[in-house]
Amino acid sequence: MTDKGKHTGAVSRRGLLAQTVRAACGAGVLALLLAVPARKRAEAVALRPPGAIAADDFLSACVRCGLCVRDCPYDTLKLSDIGDGQPLGTPFYNARSVPCEMCEHIPCVTACPTGALDKSLTDIRDARMGTAVLVGQETCLNFLGLRCDVCYRVCPLIDQAITLERHHNERTGKHAMFIPTVHTDKCTGCGKCEKGCVLDEAAIRVLPHNLAVGVLGAHYRLGWKEKEKAGKSLIDGIIDLPDRMPEPPAAMPSPERLPGGGFKEFKP
Amino acid sequence: MSAELHPGRTKALSQGWLAAHKWLLARRLAQFGFLALFLTGPLFGLWITKGTLAASLTLNVLPLADPMMVAQAFLARHVVETSALVGAAIVLVAYGLVGGRTYCSWVCPVNVVTDLAAWLRARFGLKEGWSLDRRTRFVVLGGVLVASAATGTIAWEFVNPVTILHRGLVYGGLFTAGSALLVTLALFLFDLGVASRGWCTHLCPVGAFYGLLGSRSLVRVTARRRDACDNCMECFAVCPERHVIAPALRGKSAGAGPVITSRDCTNCGRCIDVCAKNVFEFGTRFRNGLDDVDHIVPPAKEGPGNVARAG
Repeated sequence: MTDKGKHTGAVSRRGLLAQTVRAACGAGVLALLLAVPARKRAEAVALRPPGAIAADDFLSACVRCGLCVRDCPYDTLKLSDIGDGQPLGTPFYNARSVPCEMCEHIPCVTACPTGALDKSLTDIRDARMGTAVLVGQETCLNFLGLRCDVCYRVCPLIDQAITLERHHNERTGKHAMFIPTVHTDKCTGCGKCEKGCVLDEAAIRVLPHNLAVGVLGAHYRLGWKEKEKAGKSLIDGIIDLPDRMPEPPAAMPSPERLPGGGFKEFKP
Repeated sequence: MSAELHPGRTKALSQGWLAAHKWLLARRLAQFGFLALFLTGPLFGLWITKGTLAASLTLNVLPLADPMMVAQAFLARHVVETSALVGAAIVLVAYGLVGGRTYCSWVCPVNVVTDLAAWLRARFGLKEGWSLDRRTRFVVLGGVLVASAATGTIAWEFVNPVTILHRGLVYGGLFTAGSALLVTLALFLFDLGVASRGWCTHLCPVGAFYGLLGSRSLVRVTARRRDACDNCMECFAVCPERHVIAPALRGKSAGAGPVITSRDCTNCGRCIDVCAKNVFEFGTRFRNGLDDVDHIVPPAKEGPGNVARAG
């Protein structure tokens, strides 16, 4: 640059311009690449399409072609951009925007060329896209004692995935509350309940299954289930000791009465 | 100077603009045509091809899939289903025949972006820059494959500008200032101001993969009339992989045939376009003997030659 500058002013100006352009481009590249993660927003719950294989395996199979998105008749599925909550370009849906309509023939799964959506899913009721949880127990209208029932009514598996359970209304003391109750063994996570919730922010929402129901440690055994499985108690020969009832209290010495009518101060 | 700034000008003046740009036009038509196949559906409801360059389905019968992605999935311990396997096999065979990197210059949307950067670079005389080894792309490819195996994911898809741009175009994300736009602009500025032909020629592992795929491909550019070459250097100026030309164009003394056999050649045909002496043409790899060269009486050199700038 400086060598060239010695010859003519024109070359120097040209060189300077070129250098400026290069520097600007270099800074621009960095700025644009930084802007990608910087645009990441707080992540919404982004659910995978029906039949999606385990989250750990999904990215080994999904080529992000969007064929599932194309064949989704309700425009439920989208391809993720930064901030949508799933890795760039992978399919997802947001139940509050557009829930899964649980098509009988599951076209998204049929469209998948790689097996990221598992074709062994043939009955949409077996899909587990997530699990609904009634998170807003302080805002849900049914919890407040009203009969909203919308989540229950819109559930494609009404009376199976969501039932209304009657509870006593402690606040009024005389009414009933009909509590929408999700049955995790039936809920597909379609999100119709979350979409239907009449509140400004849905009180019921679909979460990934493990977040919704928790995961019991693998070493836990439920005694009553083990007993049921075995058909008998798992430990033989337990001696059934007689039940000991609390003995009647021993007679306490009656406190000494003072002549004035009171009791004498007790000093142990 | 004018050869470097305006390759093809000599030919355009003597044989017309169209003659100096016909393969470029054909390529742009092909690139926009392939894109249009994906866009008629979302724009007009007329579905021809669904999906993206990663995997697609044309007219509901023809599956195509990117073999590099299928290979990554395999390394990530996922064997893709038949549809993608068949699709990848079709792509393997097709590009194995027509030249792997034909994908780069005739299909890939990033090529339009980097070609524009290269054109502006030439126009503004931005010569210097970060010099990268063109074999870096094979290192990147190796890294991508190792990362896929180590992480159990199709690793390149987290950053692949090719599919990011294509998805952005086909699914509309490019127009919402999402990551597709940011990544594409970054790529453009990188090629414009940081490294000449930086992405496609030096770094892109997809191009490296397709290059390997087409190592033995049939369709090749041949310098059949190389005897007519007057060393104007315009082909070298315009070629994105300029190292591929010399062995064919100047290999006479070394006994080399006229066919450009390097796997790096993208079959873009720009050398054919810009050559005022019509040295190059498309041919096959089989006509690569010394007999396959047209014997032409060398033209008288006009002015001082610039042989010293070869390569």
